[in-house]
Amino acid sequence: MTRHNPWKQRIKEFFSSWLVSPAELRSYGVLGMNARNIRYIAHYNDRTRYPVVDDKFKTKLAARKANIPVPELLATMDSQAGRKALLHTIEQCEKFVIKPARGSGGKGILVINGRDGDLYVKPSGVRVTTEDVLRHASNILSGLYSLGGKPDRVLVEAMIDFDPALADYSFEGVPDIRIIVFRGFPVMAMLRCSTHASDGKANLHQGAVGVGVDLASGRAIHAVRHGYRVDRHPDTEMPFDKLVVPDWSRVIRLAASCYEMTGLGYLGCDIVLDRKRGPLLLEANARPGLAIQIANGGGLRGRLKMIESLEPEQFEKNVEERVRYSQLIF
Amino acid sequence: MSPRAQVYILALILAVLGAGLTIYKSSVLGFPLMPGAYRTVWTIEAKVEFLAEGGPAKVALALPRAQRNMRVLDETFSSAGYGFNIRHDGDDYRAVWSRREVEGRQSLFYKLQTYQVAGEPLTQPLDFSTDVRKPFMGSREQEAVGQAINSIIERARVASSDIETFTSQILVQLNDSGDQDRNMVMSHYQDSSLADVALYVLSVAEVPAHRIRGLYLEDDRRRLQAEELLEVYDGSEWIAFEPRSGSPGVPANFFIWQRGGKSLLDVEGGNRSSVTFSVIANDVPARTVAKKMTSREKDALVDFSIYSLPIEQQSIFKLILLVPVGALVVVFLRVIVGLRTSGTFMPVLLAIAFIETQLVTGLAIFLLVVALGLWVRFYLSRLNLLLVARITAVVVTVVILMGAISVISYKLGIEQALMVTFFPMIILAWTIERMSILWEEDGPDEVLIQGAGSLIVAVLAYWLMTNRYIEHWTFNFPELLLVLLGAVLVLGNYTGYRFSELLRFRQLVR
Repeated sequence: MTRHNPWKQRIKEFFSSWLVSPAELRSYGVLGMNARNIRYIAHYNDRTRYPVVDDKFKTKLAARKANIPVPELLATMDSQAGRKALLHTIEQCEKFVIKPARGSGGKGILVINGRDGDLYVKPSGVRVTTEDVLRHASNILSGLYSLGGKPDRVLVEAMIDFDPALADYSFEGVPDIRIIVFRGFPVMAMLRCSTHASDGKANLHQGAVGVGVDLASGRAIHAVRHGYRVDRHPDTEMPFDKLVVPDWSRVIRLAASCYEMTGLGYLGCDIVLDRKRGPLLLEANARPGLAIQIANGGGLRGRLKMIESLEPEQFEKNVEERVRYSQLIF
Repeated sequence: MSPRAQVYILALILAVLGAGLTIYKSSVLGFPLMPGAYRTVWTIEAKVEFLAEGGPAKVALALPRAQRNMRVLDETFSSAGYGFNIRHDGDDYRAVWSRREVEGRQSLFYKLQTYQVAGEPLTQPLDFSTDVRKPFMGSREQEAVGQAINSIIERARVASSDIETFTSQILVQLNDSGDQDRNMVMSHYQDSSLADVALYVLSVAEVPAHRIRGLYLEDDRRRLQAEELLEVYDGSEWIAFEPRSGSPGVPANFFIWQRGGKSLLDVEGGNRSSVTFSVIANDVPARTVAKKMTSREKDALVDFSIYSLPIEQQSIFKLILLVPVGALVVVFLRVIVGLRTSGTFMPVLLAIAFIETQLVTGLAIFLLVVALGLWVRFYLSRLNLLLVARITAVVVTVVILMGAISVISYKLGIEQALMVTFFPMIILAWTIERMSILWEEDGPDEVLIQGAGSLIVAVLAYWLMTNRYIEHWTFNFPELLLVLLGAVLVLGNYTGYRFSELLRFRQLVR
């Protein structure tokens, strides 16, 4: 039957302008949410290891034990009684970040990067009072941002003094690097650059730019904003094709070493570059999102399959060897 | 065994178990698969009347037995002032009413509800006596009658090949008013019924036979007399005959009351006794019939089911059993379509509220309450309240809003808005809280996406939960939940792309 059917054709065109066929996605090796949850997260991530990454306070303790550098923790607060101590800490700092220990998806993070008399200045220039900051802390404590509304802990971190090499690629915020580490092997990386629209947050669905990064060189290969390909940063107008992540070999080695620290087989590591201290582990994620595929313009599935097909003794390798292997094949 | 294989095997077992129980209930216990199936239930009332003589009285009425094409649903006896019990002797069941002193006209009632099912009316074999008592026909006045009978028998024998055709022939002759022999016989036995005469002739021919008493089931009949059929033994089995037509077999709508030659009614201590019948047909939902039937038989599947609960709890369960259907919609839209909702199962609760309020009213009220609630919540967020206190404040606000909406709309004459009370307040409050945080964190776009997603799921769930087939199946066949559970297990194992991902990753492929 090769008879021309105008209606069928029209319907097909309508759908193909909006959707891609599953077969096409599969041919690109795109990993879907369901497959990620069942094949990788449920299969390789041990439930008992989740608290290490879900609670950023525990992540910090574990990182310290594993000699992985993290942003400096200024104060924590786990009850309303800690208000005074918190107040005391933040009054002395010009720049700091307040975040919930169990927040998800970047929720509940308050960034203060300046002072204006008694007021605190957010990266967007909005000024907030001490009361506002304390209210934010008590919201965190009562579990507003934590999964399931469980009571939470407030972390106050030193502001990252981020590497100037990346400053031109980020507006009002800290660019961070997300690396997916599968069974210890880094498989894909992206740089998330905040924009004015994303309010200094490196969240892709809030309008930050996702930049796919080549694992071997740290060079940008592809940049995407709101799902569309971009060549320049929307606010700073810097072209992405000149972007190279500085200190890349340390960054990727740090990511790979998170496997030993967390014991999670399928892991997303968020890394920031500090001017003085180099790459720091911001947080680790047991359920890393799939947007990294859009930023890289390619699917994860093939790379994950490749790692899965390795000989068992390959998994005995140390961090150095794993990174070298990943840089070779991807 | 891998978890994946286990899931499929478990899902298969659950599906087979659920479907099997459903098929058993529908085919064996008679629960209708389709809603709105009706059965005709016949209510037969037997009225015994007699004139009591003043002394002790005892009345015994033969009772119908279970038949293969008739199921008895219910039996009731009225026995004002009488002692009552049921006696049975072999295949013969009798209701016995008794009283020490009674005088004047007496009426006693026996009522029975029955419905017809497919099947042969008579069971074989039966151990009825096959003895034939040949009547004495020697006296002078009987000589001519005897000859007429013999002539009938002779002609029937010539025109027949076996007992069945022979009986047919005899009955055809006894119905032929132009036949001289037949008129002779009938005029001699003026006081007897056709069945009596036929039995008499058959006994002369030495064919074992007895009568069947019963009723033709026709709607709205009163003061019916018992009708009679004949039953003839052909050497291996009993064959029933309708005496007027002479054709073998029990007529389709004939309800057998009594088989065998015993009396229908015995009255001691009374005279001018009679038994009359009235018949009414009702169309009753097939489920009611099946329920009543199985509750009589105490089928474990039904006895330990929702039907054993009081009616009030049953109606609650009717709603509860619909919840899994709504949850299945949530799973499907999450896993296959990839719709984002605010709160995983909030849409199901919303759909339940819609069932009470009707869809359009429900949607309007929900949007109104959430919009007003969000407005109040934005103010509250500036007041530095702790989370629990703030949500409580939102709950109180929601209650006030519900009251205000009810009162104002009632005064305006919009009574549908009173339905606002069916919405779960806490769910509304949490929805408002979540939406407002979402608004602050991710902007109004995300609120619109998740709000619309929740409403789409709720409307779809509502639409399925009010579908009359689904309502019928979930309540009457709760074992279908096992099939649903199997489906959920399989859905939980789906690793393909979500529909939303076909949209999300489209730029990646270009």
